[in-house]
Amino acid sequence: MTATPGPPPALEIAGLKKSFGKAEIIRGVDLSIGAGERHAVIGPNGAGKSTLFNLITGRFPPSSGAIRLHGHDISGKAPFEINRMGLSRSFQITNIFPRMTVFENVRCSLLWAQGYRYSFWHMVNRSRDLNEGAEDILEQINLTERRDLPAGVLSYAEQRALEIGITIAGGANVIMLDEPTAGMSHSETDYIVNLIEKVTENKTLVMVEHDMGVVFGLADRISVLVYGEIIATGRPEEVRSNPKVQEAYLGAALEAEH
Amino acid sequence: MTEPDQKHTPPPARTPVRARPAPVTLANALPWILGGLFLLAMPFIFQSNSAITIMNQMAITIIFALSYNMLLGQGGMLSFGHAVYMGVGGFLCVHIMNWGDVFALMPLPVLPVFGGVFGMGLALIVGSFSTRKAGTIFAMISLGVGELIAACSVIIVAFFGGEEGISGDRTYGLPFFGVEFLHQIEVYYLTAFWLMLSALLMFLFSRTPIGRMANAVRDNPERAEFLGYSARWVRFYSFVAAGFFAGIAGGLFAINYEILTEENLNLATSGQILLVTFLGGVGFFFGPILGAILFTLLQTVLSLQTEIWQLYVGVLFLATVMYFPGGLAGVLMMHALPLRLGQAGLLVGPYIRTLVPAVVCALGAASAMEILFHLRHAALGESEMTLFWITFDSHAPLPLAIAAVAAVAGFWLARRSAPAMAEAWHKASTPHGGAA
Repeated sequence: MTATPGPPPALEIAGLKKSFGKAEIIRGVDLSIGAGERHAVIGPNGAGKSTLFNLITGRFPPSSGAIRLHGHDISGKAPFEINRMGLSRSFQITNIFPRMTVFENVRCSLLWAQGYRYSFWHMVNRSRDLNEGAEDILEQINLTERRDLPAGVLSYAEQRALEIGITIAGGANVIMLDEPTAGMSHSETDYIVNLIEKVTENKTLVMVEHDMGVVFGLADRISVLVYGEIIATGRPEEVRSNPKVQEAYLGAALEAEH
Repeated sequence: MTEPDQKHTPPPARTPVRARPAPVTLANALPWILGGLFLLAMPFIFQSNSAITIMNQMAITIIFALSYNMLLGQGGMLSFGHAVYMGVGGFLCVHIMNWGDVFALMPLPVLPVFGGVFGMGLALIVGSFSTRKAGTIFAMISLGVGELIAACSVIIVAFFGGEEGISGDRTYGLPFFGVEFLHQIEVYYLTAFWLMLSALLMFLFSRTPIGRMANAVRDNPERAEFLGYSARWVRFYSFVAAGFFAGIAGGLFAINYEILTEENLNLATSGQILLVTFLGGVGFFFGPILGAILFTLLQTVLSLQTEIWQLYVGVLFLATVMYFPGGLAGVLMMHALPLRLGQAGLLVGPYIRTLVPAVVCALGAASAMEILFHLRHAALGESEMTLFWITFDSHAPLPLAIAAVAAVAGFWLARRSAPAMAEAWHKASTPHGGAA
């Protein structure tokens, strides 16, 4: 891809590498994702998809290479610093605040974005914007009826929806979802896909996903990660017909779908 | 690739939203009003000097326990060294009392503020490195710092006064509207005022953004970081605030007892406040209040009755940890739902059938312990003892046998009816439980 003048891509990765001890998990990834794009990262198990996510979002520091968010270098920054710059993520294994109510989960996700920081002089109950914002999110993720339950008692699908709600609440413009439909039934998957479409409108979406129906339905572009390297990036139909991808991964994955 | 038509947008503008204050509702204010009236009325109900002394001690323990729960219950930080923040606050206040020129210009009710600020100062220093991680690392650092400062009490004699501690006289302060705090009752109202104020401020703290995030960090520190918050700083702010209120409690301790010693800093005191807080229940704001009341009663009233009161407290603590991890507050709040559903009546019968034998069992076991203790530790030749207003010979086999039978029979009966009680509770907690 040639560099074009204009705004920098929402997310740009160059020469990214990550080793754990002697094992090199990410072996030189280059990727550029434009603002507003829906981008899926697919690949066989153990290809390093989750590690790539963890590097981008600051969970691990990269061994080398650069990660730029809207042109600003974020490699090696802490998760909270990256989040403050407008990037938010969900987790493959549900990662919520189990002892807090559903409403409280969402409201906490709004606090930093609404500028409250480490305030001990505001009362959260008294902020109309905060509470209406949280109610809005609950509406969007269909959990209004569950608002006062501890998040830990929700069903799996509801927790996944809450996970997405927490991720989008802060208004980040780059959303990263790690296997949002993992472990879901067909109807639950449809529900989550609709939800993702709705809540990521006008935002940049990066997701790891195993369900090829979801990937080809949602993504504008797809990258295929195999053994820590991206072997192909392109529009869904390009990727589908790419012989290298067929050989390495997709042939098997598509067959498994049928 | 098609160039997406959305233009690059910078991260959303993050400006604080001006809150529109909602009115303070009567329902919100009611517990506080009742609490305040209760504190005002208590000395009229319990007028004796010893009762007022106990109530002062209770109030100080409540503030200390609430401050401890800012760490344990609200922030998920298990501290084994919280006594030092109360202790140093208290020591400083005694030094101020002894600093005649200054103290003569200071009304006594202001003194705890200095304890608070000093406790906060120490928490600021310790928290800067101890709150980096929660869990075991935090617990170990708190233990180490606690022991370190307790050890300092014999090293830095100028401040801690060595083994005998330091003492002062509260009455040298500037009279406060003519009150010189010569009487316990005057100290009571001073303490009660600080109790209300501290409890209210700690409650409000839990309703602020930082207080809410303390809960979030307790539940899931990693996720909180992905929401823009540094878990470490969230813990730090809670820790500093807890240090402040512990220091307030220390200042009140100094006023009430006019002496502080190494005992106010050591591990036993730190462990005791953990016990108090857990007994009351860490999951609810008011839990530590119940714990402090119960513990102070055991400590003062029960200790007059029996030498082995600490054994009972220990057993109570173990039973709480094992069977009621929500503490006293947790047990009480379990009944909120049955009450709301109007089905609490279902519980009365099963409760009586289980709790009466359980009490018999506890009294029987306690009697057996007391008889054995008397047998082993009473002066030679003294075999007469009084238990529950009955005087008997502790060397005779019959009383011990009765106590043992009561314990075993009570245990057996309570155990037999316990499943029915659990079932009744589930039924009472289910909507339309009566119909099902």
